[in-house]
Amino acid sequence: MKYMLLIHQGTTPLPGTDEWASLSKDEQKAVYADYQSINQTPGVTPGVQLDSPESATTVRVENGEALTTDGPFVAIKEALGGYLFFEADDLDAAIEVASRIPAARMGGAIEVRAIVER
Amino acid sequence: MLASLIGFLGDFELAEEAVQESFAIAAERWPRDGEPDNPRAWLVTTARNRAIDRIRRERTLAQKTKLLEVAEAREEIADETTIPDERLELIFTCCHPALAIDAQVALTLRTLGGLRTEEIARAFLVPEATMAKRLVRAKHKIKAAGIPFRVPPDHLLPDRLSAVLAVTYLIFNEGYGGRADLAAEAIRLGRALAELMPDEPEVHGLLALMLANDARREARFEGGEVVLLSDQDRSLWNLDQIAEGRKALDRALALGGRGSYVLQAAIADLHAEEPPDWPQLAALYGELARLTGSSVVELNRAVAIAEAGDVESALGIVERLELDRYHYLHSTRAEFLRRLDRVDDARAAYERALELVHSDVERRFLERRLADLAG
Repeated sequence: MKYMLLIHQGTTPLPGTDEWASLSKDEQKAVYADYQSINQTPGVTPGVQLDSPESATTVRVENGEALTTDGPFVAIKEALGGYLFFEADDLDAAIEVASRIPAARMGGAIEVRAIVER
Repeated sequence: MLASLIGFLGDFELAEEAVQESFAIAAERWPRDGEPDNPRAWLVTTARNRAIDRIRRERTLAQKTKLLEVAEAREEIADETTIPDERLELIFTCCHPALAIDAQVALTLRTLGGLRTEEIARAFLVPEATMAKRLVRAKHKIKAAGIPFRVPPDHLLPDRLSAVLAVTYLIFNEGYGGRADLAAEAIRLGRALAELMPDEPEVHGLLALMLANDARREARFEGGEVVLLSDQDRSLWNLDQIAEGRKALDRALALGGRGSYVLQAAIADLHAEEPPDWPQLAALYGELARLTGSSVVELNRAVAIAEAGDVESALGIVERLELDRYHYLHSTRAEFLRRLDRVDDARAAYERALELVHSDVERRFLERRLADLAG
């Protein structure tokens, strides 16, 4: 089964922020190591990292006119931060990979959803 | 039969339809051609073949691989001994944490208990359409999200087994308040689990706990009033259930069980003795409190300590608990205060309890206690 793992950073400290700077060197190293290990897991197709939710632009169309608003579709702290693809036998395998993503233990959450195959 | 098919196919709806079709074919053919030697095997084989045909016609990817690997099913494959394993797989699937707890309970009752949708709806006081939708969504989630049909691997088993036991106990507690059929269903499930997982102490612990509580069902109320354990008419206790519960508890303890269900079962068992061994009960409540961190369990420990003779210490424990919105806290405190002859404080505590109580039966009980104070 093919899954998409949607990474919501939530309050996870991200590189470049004060919160990240106040993490220990070991904690920072662990984050990079975890991502590397996940990206090397068989079945994983790495995704991309998105720029911060604050920099998002949301587009709606009403009466043929494109309306834009500043920010993400959902609340900033719920917004998407990144994603990856995982091909696995079952949901338990996908949950295992999701649980290794740093955001899951550092203030965010991972949404695991099956990809519809046509 | 449904259980084995669901395990085989990985799809609830397909399995149900295949079963219906095979029964329909049997109803048509058997009167004409005579009943087969092994009717059950015939039905299972027919259902599997109908399902395989349907899948081949519909041809979707994913977890049908298990099915596609199997050659045309033959009658010898429909073996009784594969069924218990599939029942176990089914229980774990129904109680998978990716399903909402409501869905876990409904699905367990429907597929393992064989309850009809309307029966489950009635038990949980929701409209039948709501329950039907809940079941449909749950089955769809299992398929769409790829929830596996299997007994979880060792590293996942402890948490998953906890979930299964929690669902079973939830069903029992729903039934304990008055719907005896639900309680019976939970016990049936508990017995099945004990057979399927005989080396798991908590499984036996839960069964022992449910049996011990259910055995006293008839004696808990009299004329619509709550009857305290010590006042119950023991001739109304179901002795067979008590004996079966004891056996399960012994089994759990022999397996080295010291988990929360085993402890609760040991406590329930001790409570049934006359007079109860209060110091031993206090020790068990203590162990359970340390395990669960539950203030309610601490409250019960306080009661055991009071009954063992030390009301002052018991009162001390109760006054450190943060359970202000729990009426039992106040009624227990009131009882301790009464025993210490602090009548005014006892009265205030009963009044606080009465502000919080929600069942009429328990309100009347508290009102009587309050009245007795004055007299």
